[in-house]
Amino acid sequence: MLNFSLKELADLLAAKKISSVELTTEFLRRAQALNPHYNAFITLNEDLSLAQAQAADAMIAAGRVQPLTGIPIAQKDIFCAKDWRTTCGSKMLESFISPYDAHVIEQFNRAGAVNLGKTNMDEFAMGSSNETSYFGTVKNPWDNAAVPGGSSGGSACAVAARMAAAATGTDTGGSIRQPAALCGISGIKPTYGVVSRYGMIAFASSLDQAGPMAKSAEDCALMMNVMAGFDERDSTSLQREPENYLRDLEQPLKGLRIGLPKEYFAEGLSADVARAVEAALAEYRTLGATTVDISLPNTKLSVPVYYVLAPAEASSNLSRFDGVRYGHRAKNYGDLNDMYSKSRSEGFGAEVKRRILIGTYVLSHGYYDAYYLQAQKIRRLIAQDFTAAFQKCDVIMGPTTPSTAFNLGEKSGDPVSMYLSDIYTIAVNLAGLPGLSIPCGFGDNGRPVGLQIIGDYFSEAKMLGVAHQYQRVTDWHQLSPKVM
Amino acid sequence: MNWEIVIGLEVHTQLSTVSKIFSGASTAFGAEPNTQACAVDIALPGVLPVLNKGAVERAIRLGLAVGGKINSPSIFARKNYFYPDLPKGYQISQYELPIVEGGSVLILVEGVQKTVRLTRAHLEEDAGKSLHEDFHGMSGIDLNRAGTPLLEIVSEPDMRSSAEAVAYAKTLHSLVRWIGICDGNMQEGSFRCDANVSVRRLGEEKLGTRREIKNLNSFRFLQQAIDFEAQWQIDTLENGGKIQQATVLFDSDKIETRAMRSKEDAHDYRYFPDPDLLPLKISEAMIAEIKASLPELPQAKQSRYMDEYGLSPYDAAALTASREMAEYFEAAVALLPQQAKACANWVTGEVAARLNREDKDIAVSPVSAVQLAGLLKLIADGTVSGKIAKSVFDALWNREAETAKDFINERGLQQISDSGAIEKIVDDVIAANAQQVADYRAGKEKAFNSLVGQVMKASKGKANPAQANEILKKKLQAYTAVGN
Repeated sequence: MLNFSLKELADLLAAKKISSVELTTEFLRRAQALNPHYNAFITLNEDLSLAQAQAADAMIAAGRVQPLTGIPIAQKDIFCAKDWRTTCGSKMLESFISPYDAHVIEQFNRAGAVNLGKTNMDEFAMGSSNETSYFGTVKNPWDNAAVPGGSSGGSACAVAARMAAAATGTDTGGSIRQPAALCGISGIKPTYGVVSRYGMIAFASSLDQAGPMAKSAEDCALMMNVMAGFDERDSTSLQREPENYLRDLEQPLKGLRIGLPKEYFAEGLSADVARAVEAALAEYRTLGATTVDISLPNTKLSVPVYYVLAPAEASSNLSRFDGVRYGHRAKNYGDLNDMYSKSRSEGFGAEVKRRILIGTYVLSHGYYDAYYLQAQKIRRLIAQDFTAAFQKCDVIMGPTTPSTAFNLGEKSGDPVSMYLSDIYTIAVNLAGLPGLSIPCGFGDNGRPVGLQIIGDYFSEAKMLGVAHQYQRVTDWHQLSPKVM
Repeated sequence: MNWEIVIGLEVHTQLSTVSKIFSGASTAFGAEPNTQACAVDIALPGVLPVLNKGAVERAIRLGLAVGGKINSPSIFARKNYFYPDLPKGYQISQYELPIVEGGSVLILVEGVQKTVRLTRAHLEEDAGKSLHEDFHGMSGIDLNRAGTPLLEIVSEPDMRSSAEAVAYAKTLHSLVRWIGICDGNMQEGSFRCDANVSVRRLGEEKLGTRREIKNLNSFRFLQQAIDFEAQWQIDTLENGGKIQQATVLFDSDKIETRAMRSKEDAHDYRYFPDPDLLPLKISEAMIAEIKASLPELPQAKQSRYMDEYGLSPYDAAALTASREMAEYFEAAVALLPQQAKACANWVTGEVAARLNREDKDIAVSPVSAVQLAGLLKLIADGTVSGKIAKSVFDALWNREAETAKDFINERGLQQISDSGAIEKIVDDVIAANAQQVADYRAGKEKAFNSLVGQVMKASKGKANPAQANEILKKKLQAYTAVGN
């Protein structure tokens, strides 16, 4: 049952072959058993989860069933959830109990889904390995020596190790797609503005976007139906007609033009990842798609541009964590400045401090034009690259990451090498486009490889269909790691 | 040595919206601390700002009223600094592209009109308040005011004396109430001025170094602070000193300014566009709609009063000191179209003086415009003299009668215009005042006035003064002629 799709679980629940309390208990038991080893969850709260499960059973009994009613979903600990501890992976919020629900949480609550627990993540979503979490590293279930990726590493691990039926993530520079790839699951970052950011703790506001992480593209589509939609509390939320993301799942791929950016298959891509991606592309050709060579000439600039803009916004977004109203406050301090300084020094980890420093620097008088403004200009060029590319193709495909999961500790001492591992995912955020990752095989070391599918604005339904058609004829997404 | 004082003002007007600029919390003044601060105002993790349309409309009203340019788009920017009453660690303001640019205000100082140009007006949020008493060595924070909408109106350095600065501030104060965007309550901080003051030698073109006096919340303080500051700068320069750019505070007890911080320790606010708020676009239709809803503006009214009623610039300005005053005047003139000048004199004279003495607003004047017009009509048709009319006005003010006519009839205060009756009184006075008559005959003109006084006294003030004059003169001449 732990391997069942969301649709299969929903059918069991609707047919009353199992109750939500039973299903939730089963996942909780597994999560409780595995978590000491994998550390995928920062907070499990059986009472809160089971109360929701009981409410879901009442909904089902009353015939008010929606597609996700009664299904336990793990929530990234970046989403504020009423009465749940919400830490964002930081000591700063170690004991913060949220008094309100994020829009995403509200949407799942309305759908009758069960919050299974809050998943581990890089501190304030700053990281690509989950190693910056104050609550410890997360192990990759496929290989315990490897990182699960980040920042949504806990969610990826929880889904891969079948501790949750599905999970949420957020993606600022690849934080859904990269851990999905490294843990062998499916995940989609929607077009910027499709999912409300209200109640999602901000890292870089102009890049942050929430999305689903699940076993398959079909599961992601079901999740998208719950998560997407206009919210007047987020001024960047887009007012659009509601979409059914299951709409295009069965669309045949004949005539689909797949763009292959030469920059994504160049130096730096490891051979085993390239092989798995090539095999996937061959499968797509078999399904009737054609491939076309394209170029995204500013790809190389995306990492430096990102590391100006994201820290700039973060340095300001994280100013509210000052120890005055909530969050960590130093025990002993002198004057006001000392209180700020000590509380923030103690509350934030090294990577967060590094980015606050970078961001403060690039926004400072005399540097703003050279860094921030320049980066904004290049950001527009990067977006234009994609616009030009979509004249020639319907979707873009390539590897999600240059290599399979690296080892725990391998890059944590070398931030720049860590930053460069996001080379294929970052440009998508800068352009505000949707991006998806699905498993497409394994590397030489037995660790999963992800295939990235990038679509034009608002083409999530089409992309999910493109992914689903591949998953109909392959079984990479059905494989799960042997857990201890 | 002759010095020229140069002054520019930054005025913070609190916009009269019911809710805050970026949240739904109430803006009402005087509530218990922190009872009007919602999740957005206290900057919980994950919350987002949503712009209040009412604040935008009010800013546009001001922009149109001063003939400024309404920018579309305008941009909200974050002004970053740490202070306990600033919950987000940044203030949302406008920096590079404010909502209003340019425009001007016409002021009248000692009968001379002068144009003060505006640089800009921008929207921003107010901070909370630190409470330093009652907390035993600690500080309390009240966030009720945090997020209150402000429009900061910045002038060019066009004023040359404290009198001009006060005239400008008063004109602006009247204007913002006139167009209904601010209640103008200075005690509650709804209208606060910062004054940028510098001095230069007469004839010098380059501006001197300025110092900014913060937070002046009365016109008297504004005048005192500028006078002190300008004299201090002149003295400093004459003694061979230099002015350092600085922010200064005004001590209203000692009537002096004191430096708060110098340019060296000025903050680097690291302004950048707020990624949570989209560029603010304003349609032509919205501008047209707001334009149509604006009342006739003081400047237009003044011109009309001078053209239509032949009033002096001084009277026209006085009558348009507030919208209520102008409405009162116009209501009176509507009933007495031929007596506009008399209406103006009475409204700016007797009515204004009584209101002022009793600290009442003209909107609640005990003598209504209709009552005043009734009285002025009786003066015009000769029923009462101007002198008696003042006592009738007092009676109306004290609500001793409903209308002037009733009161005059009741007390028999009608003017005596019957020449026979006046002649009789004049004869009696001449007979009883031989000495003055003799003096007059000896060429002492002053004696005539005394005799007029006697006539008026004998008639209990009711004799038509012009007639009394004429008859007395005629009789004295006849008397003189006979005597010779």
